[in-house]
Amino acid sequence: MNSSWSRFNVTSIVLGFAFLYLPIVLLVVFSFNESKLVTVWGGFSTKWYGSLFQNKGLMDAAWVTARVALISATVATVLGTLAALTLTRYTRFRGRVLFSGMVFAPLVMPEVITGLSLLLLFVAVGLDRGFLTVTLAHITLTMCFVAVVVQSRLLTFDRSLEEAAMDLGAPPVKTFFQITFPVILPAIISGWMLAFTLSLDDLVIASFTSGPGATTLPMKIYSQVRLGVTPEINAACTILIAVVAIGVIAASVVNKQREVQRLRDEQAAQRG
Amino acid sequence: MSDTAIVASGSSPYESSSALVRAASAVKNRLVIIVPYLWLLVFFLVPFIIVFKISLSQSAISMPPYTPALDLSGGIGGFWTLIKQLSFDNYVWLTQDALYFNAYVSSLTIAAISTVLTLIVGYPIAYGMARAPATLRPTLLMLVILPFWTSFLIRVYAWIGILKPEGLLNQLLQGLGLINEPLIILNTHTAIFIGIVYSYLPFMILPLYSALEKMDYSLIEAAQDLGCRPIGAFWKVTFPLSIPGVVAGCLLVFIPVVGEFVIPDLLGGSQTLMIGRTLWNEFFNNRDWPVASAVAIILLMVLVVPIMFFQHVQARSQEQGR
Amino acid sequence: MKSLGSIRRSFTPWNDPAAKPYIAFENVTKRFGDFTAVNNLSLTVFEREFFALLGASGCGKSTLLRMLAGFDEPTAGRILLDGQDLRGIPPYRRPVNMMFQSYALFPHMTVEANIAFGLKQEGMPKAEIGTRVAEMLRLVKLEQFAKRKPHQLSGGQRQRVALARSVAKRPKVLLLDEPLGALDKKLREETQFELMDLQQSLGLTFIVVTHDQEEAMTMADRIAILDKGEVMQVATPAEVYEAPSSRFVAGFVGNVNMFEGTVASRDDSGARIASSNGLTIMTKNAGAASAGSPVVFAIRPEKIKVSSRKPANDDVNVAEGEIYDIAYLGDMTVYHVKLADGHVVKTSSLNASRISDDPLSWNDRAWISFSPDAGVVLAK
Repeated sequence: MNSSWSRFNVTSIVLGFAFLYLPIVLLVVFSFNESKLVTVWGGFSTKWYGSLFQNKGLMDAAWVTARVALISATVATVLGTLAALTLTRYTRFRGRVLFSGMVFAPLVMPEVITGLSLLLLFVAVGLDRGFLTVTLAHITLTMCFVAVVVQSRLLTFDRSLEEAAMDLGAPPVKTFFQITFPVILPAIISGWMLAFTLSLDDLVIASFTSGPGATTLPMKIYSQVRLGVTPEINAACTILIAVVAIGVIAASVVNKQREVQRLRDEQAAQRG
Repeated sequence: MSDTAIVASGSSPYESSSALVRAASAVKNRLVIIVPYLWLLVFFLVPFIIVFKISLSQSAISMPPYTPALDLSGGIGGFWTLIKQLSFDNYVWLTQDALYFNAYVSSLTIAAISTVLTLIVGYPIAYGMARAPATLRPTLLMLVILPFWTSFLIRVYAWIGILKPEGLLNQLLQGLGLINEPLIILNTHTAIFIGIVYSYLPFMILPLYSALEKMDYSLIEAAQDLGCRPIGAFWKVTFPLSIPGVVAGCLLVFIPVVGEFVIPDLLGGSQTLMIGRTLWNEFFNNRDWPVASAVAIILLMVLVVPIMFFQHVQARSQEQGR
Repeated sequence: MKSLGSIRRSFTPWNDPAAKPYIAFENVTKRFGDFTAVNNLSLTVFEREFFALLGASGCGKSTLLRMLAGFDEPTAGRILLDGQDLRGIPPYRRPVNMMFQSYALFPHMTVEANIAFGLKQEGMPKAEIGTRVAEMLRLVKLEQFAKRKPHQLSGGQRQRVALARSVAKRPKVLLLDEPLGALDKKLREETQFELMDLQQSLGLTFIVVTHDQEEAMTMADRIAILDKGEVMQVATPAEVYEAPSSRFVAGFVGNVNMFEGTVASRDDSGARIASSNGLTIMTKNAGAASAGSPVVFAIRPEKIKVSSRKPANDDVNVAEGEIYDIAYLGDMTVYHVKLADGHVVKTSSLNASRISDDPLSWNDRAWISFSPDAGVVLAK
């Protein structure tokens, strides 16, 4: 396998990742810029981090966003998991084509359309735009992503595990919670994390469906970007990136160790 | 445990299998379908019907800024007045103003070109990842996904700092003495292409990678063993086998890009026409909801074929995964 | 092992008209869409029997097992267990347990928790569960692996956990779906005997599905040979081998030579058959064949003698040919003898002494011969 990993492969990966990460690195670097100008280096400073925490508008928006993301990701995970179960387990029921269409279409549907249509729904039923409407909109969008993530895990799930549980006397619901759920839990968790991030990140749908008092962080950032950005935004992003990076790296280190342990166990088991 | 106990534990459950238990479990089974189904009907399908209805309404200065409002309290008679008030004026308006037509055409063109560019940039990366040592692959995969976790808006915004006339790219090129005058990239189509390729690259790489990773490398060895040169083996074996990934990746990029708003808005400057942005402006700046709805309906009609194709591809890959 | 053999020999409830079958498939049909997996099949299994369902993949044997376990319902017909119709009873209420081909060990549970799973479902008190699990671990010799997760075990150990888990509840019937399929040859042979011991010591009824005829012959009291959803023969291993009921069974189990021919004469002691390639065959096992009817004569390779000299007896059950292929297998040698008409006869002879007194080589002239008792006549 290594012999096939040619210089061409390595070069394309290195260049590709450089392209993906360059803007992020610049963003982090310039968050420590003394100068207010985003592209001219004026010396090292952490002053933007200080002013970030004093910027009430940004902090409020961050708090709103976090709450919307937490609630919508959690509800979306439940609904998305149910949708994934429906798609994989019930191959024949009336309206299945419509259902799978409604699950897959939002994945690629331009956000302006989803945002506009949800807004018009909320207006039509007289629901005041605000925290609730953004949350409902985000649940709708992100549950489809959860459904796809969980569904792809369910497709490779060994159904004989469930049959074995039932064979040993566990009724279907018990079987789901004792066997299926724990086994697909990693996929459900990554579905939740995906939903959480999508909600944190969304500008377009939030702009349509949000109202006064429920300005989300991306909306706030967008309005500032248009006015010309202060490095506070860079600082905010750097904090976000740091949190995410630490989380992801920690998770992968733990995974890696587990994997190594697993391999060692398996080898030991083969010998023993 | 004695033999009598075995018989007891085995035979007692026989009786409790009643019709009631079965009926209850049937409803429970249905709930799994009903809950997400209803949610998507209410929050995904019904809104489109409302958008369609409002696209047939008149603009008005009120809240909400259109007439008639959806009011079915008038019964059958009210329903008829409602039907009579509907008009295709908004659609006629869209055909009369060349701006909309140009925006649709320009969106589709930009989306098509940037999809091809993303494929060209993404394929070698996905291929390199799929050929990487197995121990390295999860890390590489994580590195592709990681940028998702940082704000899309901020990443696009970072490109402004790189691409603008006094930006980092021009500073670098001028510093190296490669150019004398700064390149004008920001607020051009080039900037939009860079922004789209950058933002949508992971969507292209992931399906390509999963198609390429599944491929058995001995197929290429067999092709070479049978006298095929490496380049020939790529085009005759590797590429055809990766086509499902190519199709999925291209659809994942093309469809959302047609309606993209943030990238043309931040990187494209004022003269870039893209339909997502036009819709946004109709809605937020002109406050003309009926026209915005009509724009959305036509956009949806343009995209309905690729979306259905996407769903077909998804459903098929799901069948194969079984 | 010796005592076990003697118990087995006396266990023949299927020959006892008064014996009540424990499991009965009555005219069971199972269709999946257009495909008929099981076709109007009837079968009985007796209590404490070790019963094997043998067949190629797609013959319906796994479907039978799954219907008994409750994962599939028959399209038509019924399945009785101890006189009780099982229709409508969900798998979690059936007193049968299954050992899955993939083992289906719960990956997130330890060996102990896997074995205890079924016992917890029936609400057994904790202390009793502990005792039973310990007993099971001892039975499959995995005491020191109780706290391990399935991925920390070797293939053979996983197989034994799956076995322990499926017998922990002391089911009335244990269903085993290709229980040894994932093991390598040597381990498989050892495990066959372990399974037989276990079945004897627990006194359970075992139904095993397998595509491996050797495995079925080694372990089972009786074998049902299935083809395209139908039963071809149900009999003891010896009967299946020595007295196959049809060409299919004769060809499916072991190696066989078949001669087509017509019955020339028939009396109480047997029949004389004129084969289409010129042999005159005399056999004592003529079944119901009557004079003049077309038949197939089947004979196993090891029952044919090959020699370089013409046997002393007359021209019955003798043919001349040429050594066409030789395969030396250590314990025996396989000769392929080509007869005058081109028909190739397979024979095998045990290498009882180290150096053969009658060495045969490629292209040598050779005679094949067999006794009147060696083969059987099959209806065409």
